[in-house]
Amino acid sequence: MKKHIILSLLLWLPLAGMASEGGNLEHVRLNMDDQAALQRGAKLFVNYCLGCHSAAAMRYKRLTDLGLTQKEIEENLIFTGHKVGEPMVSSMDPQQAKSFFGKAPPDLSVIARSRGVDWLYTYLKSFYKDPSRPVGWNNAIFPNASMPNVLVALQGVQVAHKQEGEHGESISLELEKAGSRSPEEFDRDVKDLVSYLAYMAEPAQLLRKHYGPYVIGFLLFFTLMAYLLKKEYWRDVH
Amino acid sequence: MANSNNGVLGSLMAWVDERLPVTDFYKHHLSEYYAPKNFNFWYFFGSLAMLVLVNQLLSGIWLTMHYKPDATQAFQSVEYIMRDVPWGWLIRYMHSTGASAFFIVVYLHMFRGLMYGSYRKPRELVWLIGMVIYLVLMAEAFMGYVLPWGQMSYWGAQVIINLFGAIPVVGDDLTMWIRGDYLVSDATLNRFFALHVVAMPILLLGLVVIHLAALHTVGSNNPDGIEIKAKKDENGKPLDGIPFHPYYSVKDILGVAVFLIFFAGIIFYAPALGGLFLEHDNFVPANPLVTPIHIKPVWYFTPFYAILKAVPSKLGGVIAMGAAIVMLFLVPWLDRSPVKSIRYKGILSKIALAIFTVSFVTLGWLAMQAGSETQTLVARICTVLYFLFFLLMPIYTSIEKTKPVPERVTK
Repeated sequence: MKKHIILSLLLWLPLAGMASEGGNLEHVRLNMDDQAALQRGAKLFVNYCLGCHSAAAMRYKRLTDLGLTQKEIEENLIFTGHKVGEPMVSSMDPQQAKSFFGKAPPDLSVIARSRGVDWLYTYLKSFYKDPSRPVGWNNAIFPNASMPNVLVALQGVQVAHKQEGEHGESISLELEKAGSRSPEEFDRDVKDLVSYLAYMAEPAQLLRKHYGPYVIGFLLFFTLMAYLLKKEYWRDVH
Repeated sequence: MANSNNGVLGSLMAWVDERLPVTDFYKHHLSEYYAPKNFNFWYFFGSLAMLVLVNQLLSGIWLTMHYKPDATQAFQSVEYIMRDVPWGWLIRYMHSTGASAFFIVVYLHMFRGLMYGSYRKPRELVWLIGMVIYLVLMAEAFMGYVLPWGQMSYWGAQVIINLFGAIPVVGDDLTMWIRGDYLVSDATLNRFFALHVVAMPILLLGLVVIHLAALHTVGSNNPDGIEIKAKKDENGKPLDGIPFHPYYSVKDILGVAVFLIFFAGIIFYAPALGGLFLEHDNFVPANPLVTPIHIKPVWYFTPFYAILKAVPSKLGGVIAMGAAIVMLFLVPWLDRSPVKSIRYKGILSKIALAIFTVSFVTLGWLAMQAGSETQTLVARICTVLYFLFFLLMPIYTSIEKTKPVPERVTK
């Protein structure tokens, strides 16, 4: 018991972390320095997500962070008729969207900060065909999600096999019809897309990680100076 | 500071001093304020609390330049600060990290007081004023947490304000009076903004001044819990005292430097601290129609929230939570020990303080969990232990065998 308490005290930081629905999330390791991956993710985002979802806090122009020029952004990533300085707003009318899906698709600006990247990665890979649902799709980790599998052309069609296990019902997914991408390629696509979502949720992360070493470096130097100054003054006391 | 018969600057200073006691003030509070020379690690947190207060005031002022206290714009305006305001992300993270840092340093500062008996005669008022500061700080933090208008802001406010509804007769009217509406709404956000950026900071600053005025009247306690004013040299200066400036000003700068390394580490590498400093659910805009599955306060309120939940009745929980804080106010009169510092108290006081600390941290952790039956049971045990620390204090501090206190401070 005592060990448990100590252990739980040690573990309390990570435990307090994620609290989201769904049990077994696939862990995804993202590399925010991989500009090519972020650019591919941005392309997937504007092609597959922005049709229904907005990212109203994100301006197109900010994509220059990812090594793109304004001209490249205008020519390759803006399909909504917006200007490069404007935010990523979907062309879909939210009222209409509500009547299509039963719920307006949420804004995705900070979705990676609320859901977490592991959840997004697993979610986007967990759609399966379910004719009983209004849009024909269901999701293994977000049961009865209103969203259809927008990546079906890439992933192909998955079907679910449900088993009764010790811990209730479990779902295993099987690829019934291949898409244009192999499973490995599709995993990479989803990873790129999630990388982009993680970047978009906090574009400033590139800045803070850039400035961090300088700030900490200065503070270490400052600490050394403060220590020497203190030692010098306190010589009279000791 | 310039000497009065010392050139142009000196005569200027003399001119000012005749009209405003600047030099007197400087001597009284800094260059001739004698602090015990044996302060240890635990004595950094008072000055660090002051540093964090200044950080909150400055970053807060800059945030208000761009933040919109409007239910339809608040959430977006925070993201606007994070993205479109130059260095806005840094200002916001300084403020959000500062809020948690404030509670960390204040909890350690209070723990120091409990350990070394800094609340004992003649420092009862220093402790009481400090406790009032802690209360105002909780109100300030709670109202600030509502401002980003995320799901946790909204539902946290709903839950906390509803606690007042447990008060018999006036409860419901009181909650409506606080909210300014039938439910948490734009009216609530607006008034919380006013209180968070104007009323509470003024109160806090005033209280800090009084806290220091009281401290500088009675003088600082120290890890040995003995009065340095009892042993003075021929000039009337405490033998174990050293002037705050320069000795403790340079020492505190070192403390500040080390603190800032951790502070900057969080700001630049983990500003959300895994959902502890900035919670995941608060990145979802407030929605009065969707209740989050787990509503829990930010980490610094969790020990008291756990006490609230540990009591099966709502009114009982609210009373227990209030009593948990009232207990801290009473400490100066509950402690009957002939000695101040834990160093010379007996084994019972040491065990009691250790159990209290473990219970407090465990309660904090438990409130962040989903709440299984075992957890509820542990929370109840810890709640009882929390109260026993205070309620039994008059007994265990008076029956235990204490160690002899030295004449002069130890190294």
